[in-house]
Amino acid sequence: MTAPATVRVTVNGEPRDVAPGTTVAALVRDMGLEARGVAVAVDGEVVPKRRWGERTLAGGEHVEVLTIAQGG
Amino acid sequence: MAEPLREAPAPAGPDEADERVEADELDELDDPLVIAGRTFRSRLIMGTGGAPNLEELERALIASGTELTTVALRRVDPTAPGSLFEVLRRTGIEPLPNTAGCFTARDAVRTAQLGREALETDWVKLEVIADERTLLPDPVELLDAAEQLVDDGFVVLAYTNDDPVLARRLEDLGVAAVMPLGSPIGSGMGIRNPANIAMIREAARVPVVLDAGIGTASDAALAMELGCDAVLLATAVTRARHPVRMARAMRHAVEAGRLARLAGRIPRRLYAQASTSFEGMPEL
Repeated sequence: MTAPATVRVTVNGEPRDVAPGTTVAALVRDMGLEARGVAVAVDGEVVPKRRWGERTLAGGEHVEVLTIAQGG
Repeated sequence: MAEPLREAPAPAGPDEADERVEADELDELDDPLVIAGRTFRSRLIMGTGGAPNLEELERALIASGTELTTVALRRVDPTAPGSLFEVLRRTGIEPLPNTAGCFTARDAVRTAQLGREALETDWVKLEVIADERTLLPDPVELLDAAEQLVDDGFVVLAYTNDDPVLARRLEDLGVAAVMPLGSPIGSGMGIRNPANIAMIREAARVPVVLDAGIGTASDAALAMELGCDAVLLATAVTRARHPVRMARAMRHAVEAGRLARLAGRIPRRLYAQASTSFEGMPEL
């Protein structure tokens, strides 16, 4: 049996297909973002930047990719 | 009876007069706001919410003279025009991530952690609100979140009610500043309980920042006259008809209020007190 070509995750509320083994770092890069000013949570847990390169995404996970916005 | 005539002091020479003016100016400049060991020359903290666009916001931020400005954490929007991050970098104004929109300690703590990751700062404006109608702080969740964040090494600036007891509780937990509201966020109702703000100031050993409810310049001046160490406002400027003009007004109001506080106002009295002596009045 071959591994699936993609896994489906949810990014900021929208479904997104990514290659198996995609890391948080790769996702952020694929979204055209720099690391500066960006923070990521997976299934409600904050993923520190130093772990972005090792934290791979599994199918069904909910990813929040956040940045600063006007407020307060 | 008239005072015995005394020798008048020699009029100050030009050098001396200059020195006096200089000393007065130094007084004004040499009165920084210190929060958690960090020094700010401006006692006005701006929020970035409510501005019609980033250009107007940038101009207003510059006009306000602020050195610290609150920002929210929200989902990345690839279609958003411009970048707030760039505005802050260009202006050199320090961002203070907040937990706006959080209703629970759990969400506020996570949002604070995300702010720390995004901006590489331990500072957070902690805001835990009870409901959307009033946006008033939820004291129970606020204390819970403050305790967790202080334990986690955050420098917590806590948005709180105008309640001296709650302010004391927050201070006991180790927050870096207490930020009582004047009135509900965005209401422009000014300071509805000046007596409580004065009580909070009197008791607190950390900076007190009047946060929320400021409608116009006199509200900001009053906050400073009551002894607040700084004022935090957003809507009053960003939703004014002329944000840049109002930003400048707020800057002056905060400075004026601070100076008035340091100068020591005259006591209020029921009856008049003549400023002009009746002595030497002619008999007509």
